[in-house]
Amino acid sequence: MDGVMAKSTCFDLKQTPLRQVNQFLHHQVNPADSVTILNPDGAHNLAVGLDLPIAVEIHGHAGYYAAGMNKQARVIIHGNVGTGVAENMMSGRVQVKGFASASAGASAHGGLLVIDGDAGLRCGISLKGGDIVVGGSVGSFTAFMAQAGRIVVCGNAGDAIGDSLYEAVLYVRGEIKSLGADAQFEPMAEADYATVADLLDKAGFSHDPQEFKRIASAKQLYHWNVDANQEY
Amino acid sequence: MCGIVGLLVKKPELRASLGELMVPMLLGMSERGPDSAGVAVFGEALPNGDRRYSLYSDRESFDWKALLEKFQVQSDPAANIHIHSNQAVLLTQTGSNVVKSWLKTAYPDLYLLSVGRAIDLYKDAGSPAKIVDRYQLAALQGSHVVAHTRMATESAVTPDRAHPFTAGEDFCLVHNGSLSNPYSIRRQLEPRGIHFDTDNDTEAACRFLEWRMQAGDDLKTALQSSFTELDGFYTFLIGTQTQLALVRDAFACKPAVVAETDDYVAIASEFRSLAHLPEVNQAEIFEPAPEEIYLWTA
Repeated sequence: MDGVMAKSTCFDLKQTPLRQVNQFLHHQVNPADSVTILNPDGAHNLAVGLDLPIAVEIHGHAGYYAAGMNKQARVIIHGNVGTGVAENMMSGRVQVKGFASASAGASAHGGLLVIDGDAGLRCGISLKGGDIVVGGSVGSFTAFMAQAGRIVVCGNAGDAIGDSLYEAVLYVRGEIKSLGADAQFEPMAEADYATVADLLDKAGFSHDPQEFKRIASAKQLYHWNVDANQEY
Repeated sequence: MCGIVGLLVKKPELRASLGELMVPMLLGMSERGPDSAGVAVFGEALPNGDRRYSLYSDRESFDWKALLEKFQVQSDPAANIHIHSNQAVLLTQTGSNVVKSWLKTAYPDLYLLSVGRAIDLYKDAGSPAKIVDRYQLAALQGSHVVAHTRMATESAVTPDRAHPFTAGEDFCLVHNGSLSNPYSIRRQLEPRGIHFDTDNDTEAACRFLEWRMQAGDDLKTALQSSFTELDGFYTFLIGTQTQLALVRDAFACKPAVVAETDDYVAIASEFRSLAHLPEVNQAEIFEPAPEEIYLWTA
């Protein structure tokens, strides 16, 4: 760090406007700095667009798009989050200690999103290469049109998981209400067990990878089939 | 967009602060619904036979005292009125058909917002903050409240198209979302003599559910039928004299968060409307699941 000491800063959103906090996070931090944010009270767009390896801890419940577009930073939310946590994440790590609302990790290109509690509907929608580990259960339409990346679900999954999947791969430990169009169960290979073990380890969960089932695309939607009569 | 807000207090001593607790919730949803707002509040029910009529005039200078005097002379000498700017609540024992036709003849420009033994209704076009001030909503008392901030998509921005909508007696509904079959619902109900006041999609949902309850369904059964009969996106919050109900459609695109403690159950589109509530950090907080019926009794 060229002799520069990492600094830690604390903001109370009851005192400091959100925009000022985000501007600080964008322009006034150096690698290894840490920032604590208090009283988020459901505010939207907290700690979005971070672009350095800093550590951010949010104490309380955050609103929409918390830690969206994250790059490099490690963000921990000690509470619940609204729609679109870590949406479009490029790299880094975002952890939600409570539950996440809809569209968690939407379109994430990289990085790791860990949700200790449940995730709502459309978790990992259009995932583009990021990894998501959910400690609890996920709602319906998980990984809808997900293109790349992995999702590990330690609990149960709702309806239509993996609908219109591309190349993303899903691992579910609990019960699955229904598979989406073109999603199918596939046998777990050694590489799958290793992947699940690695992601569980990174996320801090200690389940047996043997308990997980693999879901991936049957690839029947990749090409238009006139005889299918819109039934897949 | 739109914002929905609901609050039911479980302890009688909290009824006096219902409005005070609710107002920051409503204001918190201003960005989701900046063009209109409304509140239905359920208080102690009048004795059977008595009714409260929430009336709305588009003139702030409307002479409610003259209306009351005329009504006392022509119908019920014991009638009373509570005035809140351009809204007033008329209390009377006169039968509701008589009251309604009297209003239609004597004051055709007035809107009848609600009828019941427990419900009062305030709604108007304008920012939620303005409406909170105009009707002094922080002073509201009662056991539960159903409120809404509107960002119009399906019909014009006018006071009568603001939510909550009502149907029958002591029944109201607010909606975040949009229905795709309100006209087929309407065509189903109108031949049965059910009158619509507006072209708003939410009114169709409100009248549909109230019609099911008139037909003998309890609230839960009526809501169950909404999952098959109402097509579109919705988070509905429904208030009756004794209950608050919350449902989301199968796709659950329209948000809701519930915070429940021993003292209250609070519902809003987003947590930011619940953050100020006492002991909210100790509350059980959850998002309602799609096609599940959540009911609370006052």
